[in-house]
Amino acid sequence: MPSELWTQFDAAPLALTLRVATVATLLALVLGIALGWVFARTRLPGRGVLEAVCMLPLVLPPTVLGYGILVLMGRRSALGGWLREHFDYTVIFNWHGAVIASTLVALPLVLKGASSAFAQVDRNLEAAARTLRQSRWSSFVRVTLPLAWPGILAGTLLAFARAMGEFGASLMVAGSIPGQTQTASMAIYDAVQAGRDDLALLLALIVSAVSVAVLVLSNRYLQRPTP
Amino acid sequence: MKQRLLLSLALVTLPLFASAQQLTVSAAASLTDAFKEMAPRFEAARPGATLRFNFAASGVLLQQIAQGAPVDVFASADQETMNRGVDQKLVATHTRRDFAANSLVLVTPAQGAPAVATLADLDKADVKRIAVGKVASVPVGRYTQQALEATRQWAPLQPKLVFADNVRQVLDYVSRGEVEAGFVYRTDAELLKDKVRIAMTVGGHAPVTYPVAVVADSRQAALAKDFVAFLGGAEAQAILAKYGFGKP
Repeated sequence: MPSELWTQFDAAPLALTLRVATVATLLALVLGIALGWVFARTRLPGRGVLEAVCMLPLVLPPTVLGYGILVLMGRRSALGGWLREHFDYTVIFNWHGAVIASTLVALPLVLKGASSAFAQVDRNLEAAARTLRQSRWSSFVRVTLPLAWPGILAGTLLAFARAMGEFGASLMVAGSIPGQTQTASMAIYDAVQAGRDDLALLLALIVSAVSVAVLVLSNRYLQRPTP
Repeated sequence: MKQRLLLSLALVTLPLFASAQQLTVSAAASLTDAFKEMAPRFEAARPGATLRFNFAASGVLLQQIAQGAPVDVFASADQETMNRGVDQKLVATHTRRDFAANSLVLVTPAQGAPAVATLADLDKADVKRIAVGKVASVPVGRYTQQALEATRQWAPLQPKLVFADNVRQVLDYVSRGEVEAGFVYRTDAELLKDKVRIAMTVGGHAPVTYPVAVVADSRQAALAKDFVAFLGGAEAQAILAKYGFGKP
């Protein structure tokens, strides 16, 4: 039985999960730093509502997220129809759809980490950099970002773990196509439905092990005292 | 405080055990509409009895029963899934009978899709995605596999296939225009006539017949047998016929 399991074992869903989670985390990182800075440092009108909207994927049922992406980007939608017409491109049944879903669920975690990290950075240090003729951008990159980095990184690692676990919305948007869009969480779902408990257990153990490793790393950065 | 917590917990969970005459029927997704229409007739004929339905792909339903789900009647969309139930001693073999038949059809979105009239058209480049049921757990997926293997298209078409959780999801993908074609039962296609077009009736697969049986662990075996008998009766057969199901 175990030898049969190993010969049938397909690593593609695990590889795809890592690829989707990595791309989604990088996108969430860029968006999260930009939005986190805006929420921590500016007095943009409607900031509270915008922040709540960005945090929404954390609490919404994945089905709502999936349905939303289908409505906004499906082939019959304005944007989806346009992309299809001009570029012959669609996120539906495409692993990019899973990236969009995972980015949305990962964003709140980066955003929260980033905005509280930016809020804790000593503004005097930034002011000092400015007196040393650093531009705003340069003082952000050389002073603010390095000081806020541990907090951002902790949030980013959490976001990566969350992106790896995305299931519902990705399934609705990207479907479960073996070798193309089937992530590890979908492969587990299919294995359970098909009664392949051995395969489901193996995949579940691997995914759990990777997630534990990421969470341990994340905790380590969270507990590190802010410089 | 603790007592109040326990009391509210009891009140919340109470309905789970309340109705003694509740019959749980796990039925193939394609039976959804016909079975829902039958429920009031069956309940009217047996006062005190209430029907509870659980619709999904037959393979998923059998898997739930194997894991100990409290189900009384199992109605599958193919013989193979029911055979597995018999082999695993999950259903009472002597109660098994066929009660309906169906056919496999190729459907396309009603509007804005490339012309698909035959199975050969699926090879065309503008047919990018084809929705089928998951082969391991969804009967309509296995019928589709048999049909496409008969025409030697199953392997070459693999890159275009999108696998759905049940036949209704295939239908949904086609009706939303997210795929250019899909394989469903005729009865499903008839439900969404305005959104999907039936391109052809597909042959080359095992006959689509629906077996039903009482689940071996049923605590309502007598009532479950009544429901199985009811399915073969004139009233239920008339409703099935209305939705386009054939006689087994």
